[in-house]
Amino acid sequence: MRVIRSMLGLALLLNLLVIAACGDGATGGEGEVQGRLIVTGSSTVAPLVGEIARRFEQKHPGVRIDVQAGGSSQAVADVQRGTAGLGMISRSLAESERHLDATTIARDGIVLIVHRDNPIDALSDEQVVDIFTGRVRNWKDAGGDDGRITVVNKADGRATLAIFLDHYELQSRDIKPGVVIGDNQQGIRTVAGDPHAISYVSIGTATFEASRGTAIRMPRIDGQEPTLEAVHRGEYALARPLNLITHGSRSALAEAFIAFASSPEVHDLVEAQYFVPAVE
Amino acid sequence: MYRPSSDMLLLAILRCLALIAVAIVLLIVVFLLIESLPAVRSVGMLRFFGDASWHPAGGAEAGRFNLTPMLIGTVAAAAGAVLLAVPLGMGSALFCRFYAPRRIGGVYRRLVELLAGIPSVVYGFWGLMVLAPLIRQWQPPGQSLLAGILILTIMILPTVALLSESSLRSVPRSYLDGASALGLSRWSTIRGVALPAAWGGIFTAVLLATGRAIGETMAVLMVAGNVVQTPASIFEPVRTLTANIALELGYAMEHHRSALFVSGLVLMVMIVVIVSLASWINRGRVHV
Repeated sequence: MRVIRSMLGLALLLNLLVIAACGDGATGGEGEVQGRLIVTGSSTVAPLVGEIARRFEQKHPGVRIDVQAGGSSQAVADVQRGTAGLGMISRSLAESERHLDATTIARDGIVLIVHRDNPIDALSDEQVVDIFTGRVRNWKDAGGDDGRITVVNKADGRATLAIFLDHYELQSRDIKPGVVIGDNQQGIRTVAGDPHAISYVSIGTATFEASRGTAIRMPRIDGQEPTLEAVHRGEYALARPLNLITHGSRSALAEAFIAFASSPEVHDLVEAQYFVPAVE
Repeated sequence: MYRPSSDMLLLAILRCLALIAVAIVLLIVVFLLIESLPAVRSVGMLRFFGDASWHPAGGAEAGRFNLTPMLIGTVAAAAGAVLLAVPLGMGSALFCRFYAPRRIGGVYRRLVELLAGIPSVVYGFWGLMVLAPLIRQWQPPGQSLLAGILILTIMILPTVALLSESSLRSVPRSYLDGASALGLSRWSTIRGVALPAAWGGIFTAVLLATGRAIGETMAVLMVAGNVVQTPASIFEPVRTLTANIALELGYAMEHHRSALFVSGLVLMVMIVVIVSLASWINRGRVHV
């Protein structure tokens, strides 16, 4: 018994030594960055940046990175005020935001979701617009079974809503929602609980949930197969870039972190979150 | 008059604490006023009640800022919940105090206390996964004013039940003994003696429950559907003022953000109105 225990102890000690050695190898050589970086913004990007930040902190022990989710609009406000060193937005920069600098770290698509039991396989762009603006109110007019459509829309200001409106050239007030929700998760839960609901969420989140057996399906939109591969090939129209944004000159730490986040070193993290790595 | 120094110290400490409690309320009101000032100034208070709809993202000119549907939604959800929860809670309190055998009464009380301890987000999640789909089978879309009312009812029920029960418990023994000496039946004792004597406490219970129903955010946000509209029936979705703030604050900028503080202000005014109304109704009776 004692022998086993001491061997275990030895193994642990060896392990620690190996880890320490690895750490040394990674940080030695290059100019050491230090300090604290506050990153705020999109709740879609936040989990990914959180993972990247953890790996970055392991490489650079003197660095602390705080990642807070609060929405893309928040990111823009925070980097302008200087309360955050780095912002995360799940869209491109708007016309009025061109004075900021953006670096794309990954791409995400927006996908329509319906309940798993809904026989709808594909919707044309026109049908999507008709459904969301209330011109088509029953699934049988869109090629499905009889049943009143529940349009699940996002609250004003969400990036997914902005991209959806932008793609279909709609105004927020054109949409006739049956239910309004906050984040992607609430949207997926709502659709999974209502066989006649339709909504749009991040393709990454939807793919992940569908693979875990949540009762949702992703119909084709205007003939496009909503897959991560299509986003990767750049063939998917309802896609959006996930950007890191800064205002003015970048600190050495922000510079190093952005370089790290857009390097192939984090591609496994990007894919683990069901996003598509940005290709230059 | 002689005052020992320890008394003076206590007095000073109590004054400070009282001052802090009041200062916090005043600071919050001032903060709300300051934050909502830009929207009030450029949009104007009238448009918050007269605009065509709520689409605040378009800026001061192009945006629409009507809060009335949400005000109605808040009142409807809270009123419905109070109407359901008060009879249920009173019944539960009377059962627990006057009718239940001692052991069952104790267990029952523990269960109601447990109900009071469940976090609101858990109620919301349950409502989203179980209650809303149930209502949907009956009247789509399920996420509706009714779902909001039912969730709120369950949430404020313990407040009404526990506070009413404790105020019934504090009715002096001699009153009840007097009633039985007069040969009154149990129900007559309750109606004629216990309830009038406990009125103040019960009233406070209802008031606190109303406050909680109006202020509750997370659970309502998850089940009420959040569409900004004046509901034509209880099966239609509504958005409450609190849900509006929680849904949009993280994503709002400039006037939109400021407009959300206006909805906070409206909420505050509403609470003030209710509290003053309550103390007016209750004037001259037992202290609340």
